[in-house]
Amino acid sequence: MSSIPSGPRPKYLTVGRIGMYCFILVCALFFLMPLYVMVITSLKDMDEIRAANILNLPKELSFYSWPKAWSQACTGFVCEGLKPGFFNSIKITVPSVIVSVGLSAINGYALAFWRFKGAYFFFGLCMFGAFIPYQVMVYPLLKIEDALGIYSTLPGIILVHTIFGMPILTLIFRNFYVSLPIDLFKAARIDGGNFIKIFLYVIIPMSAPITIVAVILQVTGIWNDFLLGLVFAGRDNQPMTVQLNNIVQVDYGVAEYNVDMSATILTSLVPLFVYFISGRWFVRGIAAGAIKG
Amino acid sequence: MPLFRNIASIIALLPMIIISLTVFVGCIIYSFIYSLTNSKLIPVTNFVGFDQYERLFKQRKWDVAVENIFIYGFVFTIGCLIIGFLLAVLIDQKIRGESLFRTIFLYPYAMSFVVTGLVWKWVLNPTFGLENSMHMWGFSWFELDWLVNRDLAIYAVCIAAVWQGAGFVMVLMLAGLRGIDEDIWKSLSIEGVAKWKSYLFVILPMLRPMVVTAIVLIAAGVVKVYDLILALTSGGPGYATTTPAMYVMENFFSRANLGQAFAASIIMFISVVCILAPWAFYEFYLRNKYAAN
Repeated sequence: MSSIPSGPRPKYLTVGRIGMYCFILVCALFFLMPLYVMVITSLKDMDEIRAANILNLPKELSFYSWPKAWSQACTGFVCEGLKPGFFNSIKITVPSVIVSVGLSAINGYALAFWRFKGAYFFFGLCMFGAFIPYQVMVYPLLKIEDALGIYSTLPGIILVHTIFGMPILTLIFRNFYVSLPIDLFKAARIDGGNFIKIFLYVIIPMSAPITIVAVILQVTGIWNDFLLGLVFAGRDNQPMTVQLNNIVQVDYGVAEYNVDMSATILTSLVPLFVYFISGRWFVRGIAAGAIKG
Repeated sequence: MPLFRNIASIIALLPMIIISLTVFVGCIIYSFIYSLTNSKLIPVTNFVGFDQYERLFKQRKWDVAVENIFIYGFVFTIGCLIIGFLLAVLIDQKIRGESLFRTIFLYPYAMSFVVTGLVWKWVLNPTFGLENSMHMWGFSWFELDWLVNRDLAIYAVCIAAVWQGAGFVMVLMLAGLRGIDEDIWKSLSIEGVAKWKSYLFVILPMLRPMVVTAIVLIAAGVVKVYDLILALTSGGPGYATTTPAMYVMENFFSRANLGQAFAASIIMFISVVCILAPWAFYEFYLRNKYAAN
């Protein structure tokens, strides 16, 4: 499955290949266009946006929309920009990722090596949960969290992300652990390792690659979540995506498209950063999540 | 004493078991029970049979929502598959800058639906967006008023969604293409089969598991679509782009009509089951057949 082009390089360009390159370039332009528009719009001032072509480069660079989007743009009566949302998203994402990845790793480990009667029935149920629309579960879940006294709190939203991240993460951890040589586990058993010891000393040290995949999947997934944050995080912990939507969709005042676009870029910086840094790992995450075991 | 031996595993899997039972199964049962009541602002146990469902199917808005989800589901799924497969094939041609192109086609997938919706809302802005650009370039006949056009707004949603999701299909297909045996290509070229014919009639059928996986994952996501439409059109103009998920959320949180929301969410759930059941059966059946051989 190497992605490095192999075989001899074509000696000369045929008409077909030129056509192919043209087509792929057009596709690339289509995919890049929104990003390009986002960036240049954020660097224009409003007069230029009103007067000029959306695709033109800015005549004069104007950076004022960036600090405004970050710390002054208004959502309703509060004008603190995206900054609180950014820190809320971090407060939500970091513990949610740690808890959900940790729990799912243990689940995968137990399912792969310590199967008991009925374990796979519950695993099946859990996987089924990955496909249930959130709308069926939000209200009852809200009632459960209310009864537990954690609705609209940070632990509440962390629990929700853990619940909804669990099926797919458990699946990828299980698949990874199943692919490990079973003899390793048997040897550890003979040496007297128990459930916890084998996990800590044998399995965790081997789990780095799959953990990276799981963390990437969760960081981008949780950062990009909107619906769960909207319902479960509460007013004080609203994630960045919710605040972004509030800033852009205000019903009153003059729309400032440059501020909107700066805010949009700021919100997607974290997942884009993760994407560009992780490269092939991100792709592996997609493949791992998609290929069922 | 197998139960005793695996006690640690059972304890480790308890969170998954509890969550699967209470959240994934419990919430559906809860939603179904309360969909049979006339709950308004708070859930009450005043049972009215299937009245809520009857009322639901009489709502013009629900009809529009269902129609939209079919249009969206069809265009989005087909669009993603065709563009994703095409891009995968192009990238598979040992082109230069392969990883650059792959990065470009996949980056939208790292962005959230809210960001996707807001960017396209700006690009398709009827006053300042692409329509204006084309007019400035002299194409005064060019019309791109989809966002304010009742009949076309849903297709604007489709474009944004395909832009975001096509890279995902591309990754899956590319993984499949890279797994095709080199010998098959050799025999095809010895037979003198045109390349596009080989891809369409030989390779594509071989990628069937990939295609099925992609369709199931995309289709399961289609039913959930919410934040993309909220950001792009807010369900408008009027309620022209509303979807079942939006209908549910509206009745839960802004119209205080819980019974309707529960009934609509149960319909959503049933439709997901209808999508998954044939696939699960097919998988299960096939696997059993292979196991028997």
